[in-house]
Amino acid sequence: MTNASRAASRTIRGWLVRRSALAILMLLIVSFLIFCATQALPGDVALIVLGKEASADQVQMVRQQLNLDQPVLVQYLRWLTALLQGDFGTSLVSRVPVTDILLPRIMNSFFIVTLSMAVAVPVSLALGVLTATRKDGLADRTIMAGSIMVNALPEFVLGLFLVLLLSTSVFHVFPAVSLLSPGKPIWTQTDRLAMPVITLILLQVTYLYRLVRGTVIDVLQTEYVQFAALKGMSPRRILFRHVLPNALVPAIQAAGTIFAFSVGGVVVIEYVFGFPGLGTALADAVGMRDIPVVQAAVLVISVTFFVVNIITDIVSFMLTPPGRGGRN
Amino acid sequence: MTPSLSRRTGSQSALVRGLRNSRSLIGLGMIGAIIALAIVGPALAPYSPSELVGVPYDIPNPDTLLGTDSLGRDVLSRFLYGGRNLVWMAIAATTLGLSIGIAIGMASAYFKGMTDEILMRLVDIQLAFPSVVFALLFVTMLGPSPLLLVILVGVSQAPSVARITRGAALGVVERDYVQWARAVGIPTRRILMSEVLPNITSPLLVELGLRLMWSISLLAGLSFLGYGIQPPNADWGLMVNESRNALTIQPWAVLAPILAIATLSIGGNMFAEGMSRAIGRTEGTK
Amino acid sequence: MMKGVKVASLGISLLDGTRIVHDVSFAIEPGKVLGLVGESGSGKSTVAKALLGYAGPGARIGSGSVFIDGEDILALSEAERRERRGRIISYVPQDAGMSLNPGLSIGTQLIERLVSGRDAQNRAEAAARIAEVLTAVRLPTDRNFLARYPSELSGGQLQRIGLAIAVVGRPKLLVLDEPTTALDVATRNEVLKLVSDLSKDMHLCSVYVSHDLGVISAVADQVMVLYAGRVMEYGEGAQVLGAPAHPYSHALLRAVPTTLGRKPLEGIAGTAPDLRSRGTGCVFVARCPIGDDRCAAVEPALVVKGASSIRCYKPNAVEAKTNIVPLPLAKARGEQICAVRNLVARYGPLDVVRDVSFEIDKGECVALVGESGSGKSTLARCMIGLHSNYDGTIAFCGDTLPRKAETRNGDAHRRIQYIFQDPYASLNPRRTVGDSIGLAVRHFFPGSRQDVLDAVRVAVERAGLSPDLMSRYPSELSGGERQRVAIARALVCKPDLLVCDEPTSALDVSVQASIIELLRGLMADGLAMLFVTHDLAVVRSISDRVIVLQQGAVVESASTEAIFSAPATGYSRELLSHALNVRPAIAS
Repeated sequence: MTNASRAASRTIRGWLVRRSALAILMLLIVSFLIFCATQALPGDVALIVLGKEASADQVQMVRQQLNLDQPVLVQYLRWLTALLQGDFGTSLVSRVPVTDILLPRIMNSFFIVTLSMAVAVPVSLALGVLTATRKDGLADRTIMAGSIMVNALPEFVLGLFLVLLLSTSVFHVFPAVSLLSPGKPIWTQTDRLAMPVITLILLQVTYLYRLVRGTVIDVLQTEYVQFAALKGMSPRRILFRHVLPNALVPAIQAAGTIFAFSVGGVVVIEYVFGFPGLGTALADAVGMRDIPVVQAAVLVISVTFFVVNIITDIVSFMLTPPGRGGRN
Repeated sequence: MTPSLSRRTGSQSALVRGLRNSRSLIGLGMIGAIIALAIVGPALAPYSPSELVGVPYDIPNPDTLLGTDSLGRDVLSRFLYGGRNLVWMAIAATTLGLSIGIAIGMASAYFKGMTDEILMRLVDIQLAFPSVVFALLFVTMLGPSPLLLVILVGVSQAPSVARITRGAALGVVERDYVQWARAVGIPTRRILMSEVLPNITSPLLVELGLRLMWSISLLAGLSFLGYGIQPPNADWGLMVNESRNALTIQPWAVLAPILAIATLSIGGNMFAEGMSRAIGRTEGTK
Repeated sequence: MMKGVKVASLGISLLDGTRIVHDVSFAIEPGKVLGLVGESGSGKSTVAKALLGYAGPGARIGSGSVFIDGEDILALSEAERRERRGRIISYVPQDAGMSLNPGLSIGTQLIERLVSGRDAQNRAEAAARIAEVLTAVRLPTDRNFLARYPSELSGGQLQRIGLAIAVVGRPKLLVLDEPTTALDVATRNEVLKLVSDLSKDMHLCSVYVSHDLGVISAVADQVMVLYAGRVMEYGEGAQVLGAPAHPYSHALLRAVPTTLGRKPLEGIAGTAPDLRSRGTGCVFVARCPIGDDRCAAVEPALVVKGASSIRCYKPNAVEAKTNIVPLPLAKARGEQICAVRNLVARYGPLDVVRDVSFEIDKGECVALVGESGSGKSTLARCMIGLHSNYDGTIAFCGDTLPRKAETRNGDAHRRIQYIFQDPYASLNPRRTVGDSIGLAVRHFFPGSRQDVLDAVRVAVERAGLSPDLMSRYPSELSGGERQRVAIARALVCKPDLLVCDEPTSALDVSVQASIIELLRGLMADGLAMLFVTHDLAVVRSISDRVIVLQQGAVVESASTEAIFSAPATGYSRELLSHALNVRPAIAS
């Protein structure tokens, strides 16, 4: 959102309404895009799904289920109407309602992402502030070099390195696969969660801490921090009262983005450890061309992105003093 | 600050300045090494990548230096063949992503108003899909052809480039030399290409390194999931997927490709990091 | 115990030993203000911060002492110095808007020093003290006001908050680092008055740093002139500014324009030496009219002579010219070249220029004067099509111009040229000087490489630059040189009208004077000029007619002589009364 439009809607209510309306509009476009990518394709969608050897009955059934006989716009509107009524359709493969397939997967993904963020956010804040105040010292350079390496690794490469380190070759601390026992609640199976959660934490911290570090360094160089020093304030108070509050907003927004991306966006990590989350559900559904499941999974991931973004924007808005508008 | 400190910076390109930082130089070296390996690898391979040369999961021995994989193919040969696709696709996707992103970012910053608003909302929409999800969404029905993957990965990289470009260009388009060029009627396209673009190369070089890193990550990840290069072709990501269940018996089939991928993406990240440091130092003195 | 401030042989250098400032000594009695004056690079801000025992990153205080009421601040540990800051010594920043934390209320920023540290007061005591100080700086004291954030206050209010924060801890030494540079004249004079009053009432020793001789002459009791990190001249204000003995102070005063008369301005040729190229001789020798071999070889010592001290072998050698030699006035009005009719320009819903009409004749300089927010720059940008949201017409040689630069024709693009305020932003850092000017030549007069090069060379020389500079990049040039390049770039287009938007406000006075000289010279060739500025003194030295803008509307339009001798409206009179001039001591 531009600064001008922010200034125009100064009150939080008006701003929130505008912000949400925009998000809903964009979600509509997103949903249309998802629909188009999977269903509005040249050729016979039912045949692509089922393959050439499919029987006429099967083809007819898929056509009926996805409303393929209708014009594309009608297909989309019917799909959307059903979605809004909470009907995500039925899996083409297992004939089970999509909701039944995805709901436990969503809960699992949210659980490990929340768990990892609960560790990653405070660790990143502490690490970022510490390294920023000791910029270019030995600790700063070591941690930075480590984070550049870890952060660069593709998720599955990092995951496999960790498997070699913690599960198979060096130590044997945690199981390499995270197949959960379906009967037991997820939080009672902590040892199986360890590997994916550690991988997530490493990826989140190496990204987030650098952002915090950069922001803190920027704030430390502002004129108001220099003025606070010339005013005779102690370094401690300068750090906690003058620097940190101004560095917090960008950190919160980054944390929000990371959260949103970790839900379902880390398909590969879930796949490495065989974790039954939203990401693996999507990856499997793609392989079987199970259109309703793919549509629903992608939509859930996008909705998460918008909702988390709105929440972080509200928090940022409330932390930003009046008159300054929001920051970008 | 003083003229003597900044004397040389004006005349040198951002790339030259950036490469004075040892990190970006090492990063570039790592990328270069893996690209060279991927290009000359097939010529050095002792066997064809799909040839069955021994029993499955044989450990390293004089005939097969890195052992064999699940089907009894030579790991070393598959490794030497397996980088080509990843390397060219990553470079192509990065180039595509940078081109789209730079175009969108500069147009957004220069024209402002509605153009900016619409382009940035498009960018937001794309950002609502994590890149791997975006790729999977289209692969579902269209199938994982190399060209499609390059386009998908390129397009998924564009929003970030667009945002960085826009941010950097916003400061430049307001500068008086751009305003002067407008006022004397120099065509917009030329203003963008020769007044704006040369002054935002520094952050774009950082993006180049980062986007290369992400393209590699994404392409290798998709391969690993089985939605990239298809068997029986040799590909690093695919090799890892095929052999990871035998990690304890025959680790080389997994280790060799992941070390190569790691070198490539760490190289990209180090290049980016070195560049951003070099910029921070010189441009901070303005 | 000795009262007041005594600074002796203060020296500050970079970490590698390069001297920034060397051998600065002065004394201030309670209630008095020392004016520290100098151009950019003189080290005046470095000295100011060193008085708090603070050297910026990369620098350190190498030698000297700062005694405040008998205690040497520089002999203390960092923690002890911190105890003194805000209590014994206080600092008022140049731009309070940037120096106040945007995330804390002004109440918090006022009180935080009082309630922390060893001599912390309780909150009630502190609040009472804050109310007292806010009243003294004429700001409200209620809760609502204290709860505001810096972004909710005006520039003048912020600067007064900066002052209040500085004096709230009852300091003995107040250091003011160009605190009025960013303010409009009326607000500036109020703040200056406040500084004088506070110094007297609270028995403060004050150090006032500024590049503006008018401001210094208004506020300071003693004046110290700094150049390239050295004290050139130091003494009573009336003496130093009224009858300067040092060739540099002398030249500086001749470069300063005044509203009192139409004075020809004389710049100081050359630029100040940068940190690493200062030799063993006098730092001013390269630009000094009377410098000789001895000056170049050995730096003269600072010699005390009566109440003043001077660093020069030949003090008073430059003849003092005290009376103003007026410039000739403009001839009869010529052929009209440009006419603005009923111009209304908007920013969003806001009218920033309201119904403005005027004409410019061939060879004439029209000054557009106003405070910040008067719409003068917007108006100037409308002239060249960079601001297109306007009603009314701008006619050039009889033809009405389209609003947007993009839709104007090549002739309009070429014949109206624009000189921007900030010389650091007006040249593409990726092009050499020759390339930047060549771009304009190639655009309007496509020709062979040699033709383009020749045209560039002619323009460069006409703008008073050496052709050697053509292969340099802007980062290798000084501000004044860059502004000359921008003028050369305008000249190659063979313009009929030059629109100058505060072209000298980012420059030092000695450089400003030479740029004004250059522009005046160009007008002699028939070039017309629209000169936008907030500085009335500059107006008097360059323009033929003046248009005074207030909040986007014309309040007065008359010949320069008429406006300065007999302003017709209250607003013009008020603006004129706020102008601060250096008055020659031996005037009448």
